[in-house]
Amino acid sequence: MEDLTSLKQEGNQEPEEAEQPWEEITAASSQDPVPGLPEPLESEQGPETGLQPESSPPQSSQSRTSTPLNDLTGLGASSPPSFPQEPTSTPSTLALARQDLWSPWKSDKTTSVIPEARTAHSNHLEQSSDKGESAPHQKCQSEGNTFQQSQQTKHHLHEPKDASHNNSKLKELRLDIFQEEDSNSNYDLDHPEPGTSEVTPNMLEIAIQNAKAYLLKTSSKSGLNLYDHLSNMLTKILDEHPENAVDIIENISQDVKMAHFSKKLDTLQNEYEMLPIYETAEKQKALFLQGNLEGADQELEDEIAENSLPNVMESAFYFEQAGVGLGTDETYRIFLALKQLTDAHPIQRCRFWGKILGLEMNYIVAEVEFREGEDEEEMEEEDVTEERDNGDSEADEDDEDELPKSLYKAPQAIPKEESRTGANKYVYFVCNEPGGPWVKLPSVTPAQIVIARKIKKFFTGRLDTPIISYPPFPGNESNYLRAQIARISAGTHVSPLGFYQFGEEEGEEEEEVEGGRESFEENPDFEGIQVTDLVESLSNWVHHVQHILPQGRCNWFNPVQKNEEEEEEEDEEKEEEEKEEPDYLGQEVGPPLLTPISEDLEIQNIPPWTTRLSSNLIPQYAIAVLRSNLWPGAYAFSNGKKFENFYIGWGHKYSPDSYTPPVPPPVYQEYPSGPEITEMDDPSVEEEQAFRAAQAAAVLAAEENEETEEDEDEEDEYD
Amino acid sequence: MDAESLLLSLELASGSGQGLSPDRRASLLTSLMLVKRDYRCDRVLFWGRILGLVADYYIAQGLSEDQLAPRKTLYSLNCMEWSLLPPATDEMMVQTSVVKGRFTGDPSHEYEHTELQKVNDGEKVFEEEVVVQIKEETRLVSIIDQIDKAVSVIPRGALFKTPFGPVHVNRTFEGLSLSQAKKLSSYFHFREPVELKNKTLLEKADLDPSLDFLDSLEHDIPKGSWSIQMERGNALVVLRSLLWPGLTFFHAPRTKNCGYIYMGTGEKNIDLPFML
Repeated sequence: MEDLTSLKQEGNQEPEEAEQPWEEITAASSQDPVPGLPEPLESEQGPETGLQPESSPPQSSQSRTSTPLNDLTGLGASSPPSFPQEPTSTPSTLALARQDLWSPWKSDKTTSVIPEARTAHSNHLEQSSDKGESAPHQKCQSEGNTFQQSQQTKHHLHEPKDASHNNSKLKELRLDIFQEEDSNSNYDLDHPEPGTSEVTPNMLEIAIQNAKAYLLKTSSKSGLNLYDHLSNMLTKILDEHPENAVDIIENISQDVKMAHFSKKLDTLQNEYEMLPIYETAEKQKALFLQGNLEGADQELEDEIAENSLPNVMESAFYFEQAGVGLGTDETYRIFLALKQLTDAHPIQRCRFWGKILGLEMNYIVAEVEFREGEDEEEMEEEDVTEERDNGDSEADEDDEDELPKSLYKAPQAIPKEESRTGANKYVYFVCNEPGGPWVKLPSVTPAQIVIARKIKKFFTGRLDTPIISYPPFPGNESNYLRAQIARISAGTHVSPLGFYQFGEEEGEEEEEVEGGRESFEENPDFEGIQVTDLVESLSNWVHHVQHILPQGRCNWFNPVQKNEEEEEEEDEEKEEEEKEEPDYLGQEVGPPLLTPISEDLEIQNIPPWTTRLSSNLIPQYAIAVLRSNLWPGAYAFSNGKKFENFYIGWGHKYSPDSYTPPVPPPVYQEYPSGPEITEMDDPSVEEEQAFRAAQAAAVLAAEENEETEEDEDEEDEYD
Repeated sequence: MDAESLLLSLELASGSGQGLSPDRRASLLTSLMLVKRDYRCDRVLFWGRILGLVADYYIAQGLSEDQLAPRKTLYSLNCMEWSLLPPATDEMMVQTSVVKGRFTGDPSHEYEHTELQKVNDGEKVFEEEVVVQIKEETRLVSIIDQIDKAVSVIPRGALFKTPFGPVHVNRTFEGLSLSQAKKLSSYFHFREPVELKNKTLLEKADLDPSLDFLDSLEHDIPKGSWSIQMERGNALVVLRSLLWPGLTFFHAPRTKNCGYIYMGTGEKNIDLPFML
């Protein structure tokens, strides 16, 4: 490329010569008459003189020295007087030997620049002679080659280092000259900043700084920046001075880029990419390997016998018919993760509850029932901490100061329900992705449920995120998650009528105590319900999870024994959406267990449930699909005999109105202005005088009395 | 999501629990091909499903060769018979903005809305209650248009602008790299740009005119109206709109697979600021 352009240049230069004052050839041709230039191409001798006047040995030293002189004066870069001195001093030595001929070259670089440049040019010609453009040109080159080669080899033999050095020097020189000469066209390019900043105020300067900073941005791929690239390109163009540079600018750009050599530096660290994808794959590998760990067949049989793992894939199949659910492979991973969970804990019953979406990560929720008596250790620990909390809050001491203490007591803390009862009947484990560690959620307290009903927050996916909300939420995201799970379960877990029945023994006992049955068992005589009946009538579906009272518990806790007023307050807190019957006895009562969902309250003319047949095309094998409108994302299916509940969504309740933050609590009224607060006016003079008069009168009367009394006393004494 | 790669797309978008039952899938695969033929579309998208109380609306969109040209929107209740919806107008939007609550699933259902109108009767001005009837079909059109304008997403580079103006599908799109896939700035709104004209020259300096001709998601209001997650061990990036809950965009980095689907009630989440 380089060669080609230079060759072209040589070939085309004649007509435009006059316009290129800096070109060496011009200087050389100044010896020859300018109009004579076209001739050299035709005549065989011409090129010799035209192109390599100085390299031809027969030429006198005088002519040699005059060439650079002319050349430089033509350029107007350096002062001519310095040159005549050197040539005059050198000729004597130059004429004798060729080695000496090059001594000024060594001693003074400025003079030697031009000859070297010219030899460089002839070099190009040599190399590119085979791809030369015109026959005459080639001819003349072949002629010149003989001269050149002798000369050239010697140059390089003698001073290879200097040559290269000078070459680079030459570049700078030329560039400088060029700049000065063609200031009109190129000045702006090289010195844009000073030029503009002089004229304009700061704003433009900053804009230019920004633009320059942008140009200097290093590319992440090649490590180049545009600023350097442009300057390299311009240097190259000015070096080689190609014809019609604008047409081949792309090629030049490509050339410069390709010529750029960047060494890949050694880094201390090994550049092995640790993608997060590998980590998760490593984690999930454990899921698939766990089966192999079990050794003996006997153990396997035992396990199958007391299997607590739900058949996730089967219910996923049915949910897929309904058009809900996760993908097949994710479901299977969850299935394996549940197996991991049941293997690690003494679990009696396990169920895939659903998935709650979060902003950063999601939660996969498993509903678990521990085996009898095996989870108590953890429960006790929790109780201890809770007691401590209660102790702190009730730290009011009865100091008998004269100043009145605050009479306000925090509303009666409603104790949470025991594990295995009410809203804490099940234990919930969550994990962010299958293969991740299962985290046990703490048991829910009524206060958390009450507050959770008043707020609406997105889950982030990290359990320790604080919940910042207007009624302050007592706990972090794990507590909020647990409260929402409790609310969703209570609202949306349904089963076909008759699948569950009340337990005979326990149920009756508790009926008397609690006023509502709270336990149920599977009905062994359940015969199944027609799917079409399940679709057509909502009364064939019943809730099998206890309703959560406005109090936040499933079973009524009576705070009246301690304080009657608070109970009234709680009654007022009732939410309208919750299906509540007014309690005449001061006790909150919700719909009892196994109430049909047809009795659920409507949400502003919107039915709370939508039922559908999974397929209208093949109704005989379709299943009944139930969708909750109150909790978008809650689904249930039943094929008549089997059923399952599933939730997937953001964990929020639906309401047609937008969320309104709860009203601030009422301002505590000040004391009414009564006799205890108001004071009398200061006693006036009249009053005091009247009082004194009255007192005097009283004293008189008293004295009389006293006298009589004294008389009596005396009498007594003396008796 | 593209009608051709419906099954793969459904599988990818299933992380949000949104799916279609097998019979719906099969019927969509059949009927969308017919839609493409009958309506002369270059490309048919399965747009999503709007859950109604009685029945669901399945929505499909037909795109012409210019991807940003106005689209044909069709709806169906049984995934086989499709009806064309009229284009949305501003008037419709104003009209239907008073309707709240869920869709019923009956396109001819009429919402009744009473509003007070001032009536000039001679010199007296008194207010009169006027009952306005709004058809559910109109509301459907307007909601789909709003969702499209607000939250339809396309990854950067999936479309390119030809020198003559029209926007085409970029066949050389190889997917976003993993680092790009985690940034909101690599995703664009799939609609005519609105904000782009307001950008300064300096902001535009980095933009590639053939690729960056759409508005990026990162300037959406309010900040945080998108949840961006890596699922399946970073093999899938999922964007969920919090403003229109139900819209899921998925993209498998380094592959061409991307698309969005709306499965929801068709209601805007105006509680968003409270929930963040």
